[in-house]
Amino acid sequence: MAETPAASADSVGGDGETRRDFLYIATGAVGTVGVLAAMWPLIHQMNPSKAVLALASTEVDLSGIEEGESVTVVWRGKPVFVRHRTAEEIAAAVDVDLADLPDPQADAERAEKPEWLILVGICTHLGCVPIGNQGDFAGGWFCPCHGSHYDSSGRIRIGPAPVNLEVPDYVYLDETTVRIG
Amino acid sequence: MSNDSVGKRVVQWFDHRLPLVTFVNHSLVEYPAPRNLSYWWTFGSLAGIVLVLQIVTGIVLAMHYTPHVDMAFVSVERIMRDVNYGWLIRYMHANGGSAFFAVVYIHIYRGLYYGSYKDPREVLWWMGLIILILMMMNAFTGYVLPWGQMSFWAATVITNLFSAIPLVGDSIVTWLWGGYAVGNPALNRFYSLHYLLPFLLVAVVFLHLWALHTFGSNNPLGIDAKGPQDQIPFHPYYTVKDLFGLGVLMIVLLAFVFFAPNFLGHPDNYIPANPLVTPAHIVPEWYFLPFYAILRSVPDKLLGVVLMFGSLAVPFLLPWLDTSKVRSATFRPIYKQVFWFLVVDGIVLGWCGSQPPEGIALILARISTAYYFLHFLVLMPLIGMIEKPRPLPTSIAEPVLKGGDAAATAPTRGRS
Ligand code: HEM
Ligand code: FES
Repeated sequence: MAETPAASADSVGGDGETRRDFLYIATGAVGTVGVLAAMWPLIHQMNPSKAVLALASTEVDLSGIEEGESVTVVWRGKPVFVRHRTAEEIAAAVDVDLADLPDPQADAERAEKPEWLILVGICTHLGCVPIGNQGDFAGGWFCPCHGSHYDSSGRIRIGPAPVNLEVPDYVYLDETTVRIG
Repeated sequence: MSNDSVGKRVVQWFDHRLPLVTFVNHSLVEYPAPRNLSYWWTFGSLAGIVLVLQIVTGIVLAMHYTPHVDMAFVSVERIMRDVNYGWLIRYMHANGGSAFFAVVYIHIYRGLYYGSYKDPREVLWWMGLIILILMMMNAFTGYVLPWGQMSFWAATVITNLFSAIPLVGDSIVTWLWGGYAVGNPALNRFYSLHYLLPFLLVAVVFLHLWALHTFGSNNPLGIDAKGPQDQIPFHPYYTVKDLFGLGVLMIVLLAFVFFAPNFLGHPDNYIPANPLVTPAHIVPEWYFLPFYAILRSVPDKLLGVVLMFGSLAVPFLLPWLDTSKVRSATFRPIYKQVFWFLVVDGIVLGWCGSQPPEGIALILARISTAYYFLHFLVLMPLIGMIEKPRPLPTSIAEPVLKGGDAAATAPTRGRS
């Protein structure tokens, strides 16, 4: 009450700053923080819900998959390739100069047991599903969308995809069962 | 005053309180337009009419469509088979999308030819480009709704474009999807956006027209109207001209709707979405092909995405990249030729986008991508500096009337 509007003269910092300036800035700051805080729920609602995040792992029975065959299973709504590789395919995957690879990685790091190659079947370019046993590399994959070629270890060799096909986390539960995720 | 009919007095009473009648009269009836507008100036009105058509057919479709991964495809089939005239409404909507882009692309090239983006119409030009981007988002979200194979894989590839962003890319894609892959949450939100965006479009169209009416239309000569002798009222001269254009457009659109409704679509979209199998040859709708070609012309993921979005961003700078003071290409001997190169470049890019990215199509796509950016970033500044424009007429009326016979004009706002 003691302060009247004429008090604009009582500058706080001496550089012509007034209480009113302070009030403007304080109000603006509180308002900005408030708006930002209110925006977060509006943004975060679009992220996967806990129910989606909790999507269980997938178990695969390997006993029915013959050598040279491959099955596609669904894990978290995505295709996962489980390929029983032939000796030639393994040899081709191992016998590569890592310096030639756009995303260098040894085959041994990509397959716990060399005969079983397990990959997320999603092209690392823009997400199409590559086709098995096609492309320039025997036992590899070819993505029809924009022409990425993967080798028999699922590593990118030619085309726009930046990195190798992803290897999901998995554990062998016993000789013939693997759990993905 | 007291002689006025009751109706007229009611209108005046209302208009005094909310000047709606005055507003419409100003912008669509007596609005003074340059007297020399050609049919290239019809495409703006046509775009507006097609937008209304899309909203009307879209609202009807929304009464029958179900946005759920298990039901979307069948609900669209139900629209096609069971809903009374559902096939007509859906084919109008699907082909109307194509018509919208055809009309707007011509409208944009018109602006490029006649320098309509130059001072004082830069903001008008920006609003137009924003309309184009909103249209693209809208056509994309709409294409996902029938939930066929092409819908699903278009959604997957386009949302994955954002994964090229360093560091946060993957989180953004997960956020867009609301899951680990394109699925029900994505379909729901695309539907929500597909319903919203057309109304945002209406709002931006309003700003576009506001900017237009601030300085009036450009014209084939690219010189400013200097007075009433250079102008005629919008109604009846251009309302009639636009109506004729609408007739022609409807003939073409309805020819597609009735005789080749799926000509512009892809048969694969009549296969329900399957997240485990990508169709062997996925291509976007024809109006996205040039951009798709640019994306694929670069073997690097990030650079491809940057160039694709860049091709939409660069035209925003055109008013400053073009260093010529002369608007209309009619008086710009070098630019006129380069303009047609750009038209051809766009068509070549479109063809490349429709082909698998290999061999000659890939080489051509690379050349025409490079040319596209060369046109805007190098040729436009350079030509403006070295070109010697032909002499401009002193007024719009001069070449028409030769002697300046002012009596032949219909000045309307000369006094206002
Ligand atoms: C800017 C205007 C619009 C454009 C360019 C547009 C474009 C499209 C496209 C390309 C499709 C896919 C057509 C197909 O292949 O089946 C579509 C579908 C759909 N649109 Fe739109 N749309 C627009 C406005 C609207 C509006 C305002 C609504 C509703 C309020 C709407 C509701 C729908 C619905 C329910 C579908 C799914 C049914 C179907 O696929 O035919 N659209 N839209
Ligand atoms: S998505 Fe596989 S190459 Fe583009």
